[in-house]
Amino acid sequence: MSAIPAALATATALAATGALAGLGLPYRLRVAVVGVLTAGVGVAGGTAGVAALGGSRWRAVYSGLVPLAGAHVAVDALAGLFMAVAGAVLAAVAVYGIGYATGHGAHGLGSRTAQAVLPVFALSLVLVPVAAAVSTFLLLWELMALTSLFLVLAEHRGGHLPLGRSRERGSPSVRQAGTWYAVMTHLGLVLLLAGFALFAAQAGGETFATLRAGAHGIPPTVRGLVFVLVALAFTSKAGAVPLHAWLPRAHPEAPSPVSALMSAAMVNLGIYGLVRTGLDLLGGGPAWWWLGLLAMGGASAVYGILQAAMASDLKRLLAYSTSENMGLVLTGVGASGLFAAHGDKPLAALALAAALLHVVNHAAFKALLFCAAGSVLRATGLRDLDRLGGLRARMPVTAALFALAALGAVALPPGNGFISEWLLLQSLVHGLAVPGVAVAVVLPLSVALIALSTGIAAAVFVKALGVGFFARPRDERAAAAREAPPLMLAGMTLLAAGVVALALVPGLLGHGLDRAVGAVGLPGSGALTWGGLGVRLTDISARLEPLWVVAALTAAIVLATGLPRLYGRRRRRVNARLWDCGGGAPTPRMTYTATSFAEPLQRVFDDVLAPEQDVDVTPVRESAYLVERVRFQHRVPDRIEHRLYEPVLRALASTGRAARRLAGGSVHLYLGYGFAGLVVLLLALVVGW
Amino acid sequence: MRNTIGYAAVVGQVVVLAAGAPLLTGWMRQVRARLEGRAGAGVLQPWRDTRKLLRKEPITPVGTGPAFRAAPALLVATTVVAGALVPLLSTDTPVSGHADLIVVVALVSLGTLALALAGLDTGTAFGGMGASREMTVASLVEPTLLLSVFALSIPAGTTNVPAIVSGAIHSPARLASPAGLLAVAALAVAVLAETSRIPVDNPSTHLELTMIHEAMVLEYAGPDLALVELGAQMRLTLLLGLLSSLFVPWGIATGLSWTSLVVAAVLFAVKVAVLGAVLAAAEVFWAKVRLFRVPELLAGSFLLALLAVTASYFLNGAS
Repeated sequence: MSAIPAALATATALAATGALAGLGLPYRLRVAVVGVLTAGVGVAGGTAGVAALGGSRWRAVYSGLVPLAGAHVAVDALAGLFMAVAGAVLAAVAVYGIGYATGHGAHGLGSRTAQAVLPVFALSLVLVPVAAAVSTFLLLWELMALTSLFLVLAEHRGGHLPLGRSRERGSPSVRQAGTWYAVMTHLGLVLLLAGFALFAAQAGGETFATLRAGAHGIPPTVRGLVFVLVALAFTSKAGAVPLHAWLPRAHPEAPSPVSALMSAAMVNLGIYGLVRTGLDLLGGGPAWWWLGLLAMGGASAVYGILQAAMASDLKRLLAYSTSENMGLVLTGVGASGLFAAHGDKPLAALALAAALLHVVNHAAFKALLFCAAGSVLRATGLRDLDRLGGLRARMPVTAALFALAALGAVALPPGNGFISEWLLLQSLVHGLAVPGVAVAVVLPLSVALIALSTGIAAAVFVKALGVGFFARPRDERAAAAREAPPLMLAGMTLLAAGVVALALVPGLLGHGLDRAVGAVGLPGSGALTWGGLGVRLTDISARLEPLWVVAALTAAIVLATGLPRLYGRRRRRVNARLWDCGGGAPTPRMTYTATSFAEPLQRVFDDVLAPEQDVDVTPVRESAYLVERVRFQHRVPDRIEHRLYEPVLRALASTGRAARRLAGGSVHLYLGYGFAGLVVLLLALVVGW
Repeated sequence: MRNTIGYAAVVGQVVVLAAGAPLLTGWMRQVRARLEGRAGAGVLQPWRDTRKLLRKEPITPVGTGPAFRAAPALLVATTVVAGALVPLLSTDTPVSGHADLIVVVALVSLGTLALALAGLDTGTAFGGMGASREMTVASLVEPTLLLSVFALSIPAGTTNVPAIVSGAIHSPARLASPAGLLAVAALAVAVLAETSRIPVDNPSTHLELTMIHEAMVLEYAGPDLALVELGAQMRLTLLLGLLSSLFVPWGIATGLSWTSLVVAAVLFAVKVAVLGAVLAAAEVFWAKVRLFRVPELLAGSFLLALLAVTASYFLNGAS
């Protein structure tokens, strides 16, 4: 019982000390002390989360802490799950971050501001799920948004250069990313504020308990409006299409440990908010809410992974893959709500369990992927896959860890991502038992979209690993890469241990996951039985025991390598040249790049992606038939951004320009506006009363 | 006794798969040769090739790494595990509870992925080209495979393959339903693509403009090449066997007796040989589709799979 408040108090104290240490200490001490304290915040928050998953609950009111309303806090298993994920990711990434910021100089992530803000951001990640009233929640939510914005901007003076190189003046892409992120996250806040204000006004109170009790008395149209407003805000935080535009800008530009935290811990909180509000506080809703969510999830999954397939920037690729995975999670949440709306509680619990398990799995492998990408960036100064390559020999540990995480991300058997996707597919496949034509049309489409995104994800991570880490370096900076320092490797090894544990013994998470699902009023343990080794569905005959799959694969590999050796004469392996068509040794320029790897997929999805090509031929002066220079430009823009955001931005800009005419500069005119405004207001009052 | 026969069935499936795969390839080449008016090299030729390759010295091309070395064994291993799970001979084995169709599909994809990584690991233009094309095709095959799985699992109420197969044995009407037929057609196209056969890929070409699978494995030689070839042949056998188990399930042992197991092995050989002969005959008359027309073919098979699911739902709902 008392473990949760004690752990949370410790986390808060550590974060406060960390913020002060970040402000006060000199550079050398700062990074180490803040890193250790941030890791402490993670451990404390994770402990609280694990305690909550273990079945303990806690609630309290601190009336003095927030003016007027007071701070309401409560921890249940659902909050515990997200706290545990955030805590675990924080602990490992903070260790990694010490290594990342050391030797980087006292700017970027090592700067005073960034180091002071980092522990506060860590604390907000742990505390958002604790909030149990609208005002507390929104305060913590905004704290998280602001601190992460500071951290995204940490490298605004040009970061990610290899050690010992002079830095350029300023990086416009970081500033642009910051602007996009600031605007979109605050638009989300406005929606959230509007939705929750409406909800609280109708329910007659702003604590979650009151909202939960009052939700059923609210007229259905208002409930629907609340859900739409809140869902838009939360899906935008989760990076779902079409509100994802900030994500592929902010995640690549942030310092890599911050990208890892944002992608593995912060976006999850969008899912948390959605589950908390949609399924718990509003208590579920009509089918159209969830069909909308399923559509959004399917679109994010496919669009996100397609953009990732086209990306040649390693961190941008990972950011789009986050969008994809959040799409899969949203599909699970949507399916869960849909099944619950049709009254099939066990199946709803299964779908939600799959979604939550995918949140955990995604956090583990994505944090590791971003950290490995950060190691590459730190060692080479490159994010462009077209220039990387050959890192397998130069950074063997990083390459191996990236491969491990990529296996999780492609959702194939020994990886951890496979288990949650398998559960999700099982819940969708068996969802046809639920009546309703909409269900019958939507579920097969969802399965198809998940399958398509899984298939393309395989191509994406083969590209990232095969082009980025294998073969030969395509740039001298990649050729000069050296392995990351021990602390970064230690942080990544912690994450890798988490990935392996989740892949081999997901059963360890079983009861906690059941409780988390139970926390929103679905029968937690009804649909799933978690054996010591794997997952078994009780109603449906299906089971998956990853440890056996791995054992069988290992045995088969031993068999496949051993048997031919018994037959063939034992000979030493000899080295030989690559086949060069008789034209001399192949150079790195001849290897396939990320762009060329993705070209067939780009052709297949030409109509969706609408790539832009520009060929510029300059002939020599003497003859138009002799070419002097050919310039070829190729770009795959984010089409949704083009079509959806740019018209809105243009309209806003032209409205702003038009409104400038109203401000003529004459004081008389402004007094006239004031007078007219007053008259209109008074008239409105007269008519209105 | 019960367990002995069960384990014998699993071992039997793996052995039949490993030993039969080169024979199936030899048989298909022979059928094809005769239809084209050639004498052919005989059914045993793939085995002779394997023996020859195994005796050669192992070669590591300069600049390749662990991914290149591990891929052949991984390709064979994934196929062996999938072969042990899928009910080729018997639906009642000690591992049949684990034989989930989604797992089987994913294991096959894992083998594809390993080879694609090996292709990129060589750092040659051919390796990258093959890997890129293979992953494009594989990513488009995946939805068809999973939707066919979905369609097949609706009448059985599970994605467990032995349960689907024994369900089909006990109520054959399921197979003749429109949903079943559509699913066969979709799955057949997916199998052709997954095993790199005409019209998606030509296993006997080495023309750089057209090759997919062969481009990826161009750098392999000696025992490694033997494993890659064996792996590819085993995949073909496995997927044809899976197709026959799902749609012509008769003869597969549902109980535990030695005679039924032997009968199942013989019938398995016959079914796969017939399927192989049909495929080989078809390949004589078909041409390979242009690489960028392949997505159209796969989109067609995807549509069939989607129709299968819809048909299955509405027909099941009506009855």
